[in-house]
Amino acid sequence: MVDLSVNLNGLVLKNPVITASGTFGYGSEFDDFIDVSRLGGIILKGITAEPREGNPYPRMAETASGMLNSVGLQNKGIGHFISEIYPVVSEYDTQVILNVNGNNIDDYVKVAGLVSGLGKINAIELNISCPNVKMGGMAFGTVRQSAREVIRAVRNVWNRHLMVKLSPNVTNITEFAVIAEEEGADSVSLINTLLGMAVDSESRRPRLATVTGGLSGPAVKPVALRMVWQVSRAVKIPVVGLGGIMNAADAVEFLIAGASAIQVGTASFIDPDISVRIIDGIGDYCRRHSLSRVTQITGSLEL
Amino acid sequence: MTRQIRDVKVLNNREISKGVFILDLSTGLVDAAIEPGQFVQVKIEGSRETFLRRPFSVHDYDASTGILSLLVQVAGPGSLKLSGAGKGDSLNIVFPLGNSFTLPLNGERVLLVGGGCGVAPLLYLGKRIRKAGIEPQFLLGFRESRSVLETGEYELVGKVSITTEDGSMGEKGFVTQHSVLSVDSFDRIYCCGPEPMMKAVAAYALRTDTWCEVSLEHLMACGFGVCLCCVVDTTAGNLCTCTDGPVFNIKNLKW
Ligand SMILES: Cc1cc2nc3c(=O)[nH]c(=O)nc-3n(C[C@H](O)[C@H](O)[C@H](O)COP(=O)(O)OP(=O)(O)OC[C@H]3O[C@@H](n4cnc5c(N)ncnc54)[C@H](O)[C@@H]3O)c2cc1C
Ligand SMILES: Cc1cc2nc3c(=O)[nH]c(=O)nc-3n(C[C@H](O)[C@H](O)[C@H](O)COP(=O)(O)O)c2cc1C
Ligand code: FES
Repeated sequence: MVDLSVNLNGLVLKNPVITASGTFGYGSEFDDFIDVSRLGGIILKGITAEPREGNPYPRMAETASGMLNSVGLQNKGIGHFISEIYPVVSEYDTQVILNVNGNNIDDYVKVAGLVSGLGKINAIELNISCPNVKMGGMAFGTVRQSAREVIRAVRNVWNRHLMVKLSPNVTNITEFAVIAEEEGADSVSLINTLLGMAVDSESRRPRLATVTGGLSGPAVKPVALRMVWQVSRAVKIPVVGLGGIMNAADAVEFLIAGASAIQVGTASFIDPDISVRIIDGIGDYCRRHSLSRVTQITGSLEL
Repeated sequence: MTRQIRDVKVLNNREISKGVFILDLSTGLVDAAIEPGQFVQVKIEGSRETFLRRPFSVHDYDASTGILSLLVQVAGPGSLKLSGAGKGDSLNIVFPLGNSFTLPLNGERVLLVGGGCGVAPLLYLGKRIRKAGIEPQFLLGFRESRSVLETGEYELVGKVSITTEDGSMGEKGFVTQHSVLSVDSFDRIYCCGPEPMMKAVAAYALRTDTWCEVSLEHLMACGFGVCLCCVVDTTAGNLCTCTDGPVFNIKNLKW
């Protein structure tokens, strides 16, 4: 028996596979395809204090080995979440993690404060890296002082696991990981989408209504892997790796590079059952390499 | 029916008009609750240009044999690859997805309007309406006679009227200019085709105070309600065309 469980600084996952925010809805959309409770954790669609309609259509453009999106955090707000969605997700036997967003520090603090009253939520992922909102979002994750302030403010009102999701749209991502660690984050997750753009040459128009959007999928994997490797050497808190993971081999690469757990994002759009197949594949990898615990893979890069 | 991921076999693939193919797929699912207006997401394997699945309407479904047919117009790399599928090939599909058309009530007069490959969902819809005892009227619009799709199957289901923009077949002009609209009146109009055509039909329906449902083809990433990429602005805010649609009553759209 391979022990697939991981302990992220006190947050225990039955296996290292978590589904990424914005690519897994609120979980129930996948009930027809998989047993959601098999997952190590699920990170729900980004939540804000107030309802958001998101950006205009078109919000998606397929690109080489990936896609751009400019959804812009469409969601019905934390109030709706607490009354309608929380009771449903509480039924899952997995770590349910809320992705928390805001236009300003007060918004983040408000959401985190309200979530404190929800017993089933053991962790929040602080999204300071969404490229698709005009105010807040990435603005927090790409300016050192703002990142520090928002993490500190949320840390003050949230005493369970705090995962900070980092933006890759910076010169040196390790600086932001270090800030998260200094401000008391329990883990960091990376990467969010890379800011990108697509143009229709015939019409000379951008293919997204917002002109720019966030790139995800296999196209970003080498960048993500490099950043996970750098960050895991710069901080002591656990690193959760994501960006272009399409199968178990990809997932294992992130673990080898230094991640303690991984997230599956865009891949779930194409193969709605891929997250549980990745769990099985990681188990197979451990058996093939005679590893009794998945934690033995983390940071095992041979240099 | 619960949605599922399934490998299906291609039984037959034939080109019915230049660049338009009908693929018959053996689902192995007999008597499944697959409704007209629903769609499938097809995985395009071994194609470097396509990353996401491609959505196609249920063109036909035979509940007794479990055969599901798709009508595929070549529009780019994904549909091109699919159009080359041969007998015995395996395709991976996620289905059935989306909502479905609202079936008419007994005795109602029904018009099915299709433009180009937008006819795709109308054959199965027509068959189901016919089964419920109503003979629908089809009104199918094409650019020119060369692009007119074979209508034999539609004629077994109901009356078929054709328009072409150049008048090379049927009546000349757009569907909204066809004489059946001035001669007959209808209780329900169902429409699928290019957006300008659907908007024109919707305008006609509003003018004549006729109930009307349209099927939207928005860009989709997932097809089952998680990415929120496929939204349409409705009177109830942004809704997903893949789960709240693709079929919408025009009174809910901001057209
Ligand atoms: C619910 C739904 C049902 C559909 N049913 C059918 C059908 O029964 N038969 C059929 O031939 N086509 C159908 N389509 C359109 C079909 O999905 C696209 O033509 C196909 O995805 C194009 O892929 P491609 O790789 O060949 O071309 P691409 O290079 O991806 O695109 C070629 C052109 O098609 C357009 N296109 C791409 N994706 C879509 C899309 N999702 N909807 C509309 N246009 C698109 C692009 O804007 C571009 O102009 C449907 C679309 C939807 C959303
Ligand atoms: C359609 C879409 C919506 C997303 N929404 C969110 C979100 O609400 N919050 C967030 O932190 N990340 C969001 N992301 C980013 C993903 O969680 C992930 O960081 C990114 O897609 C890279 O991983 P991948 O390549 O495996 O998809 C979204 C991504 C996509 C494609
Ligand atoms: S295509 Fe993903 S939500 Fe509709």
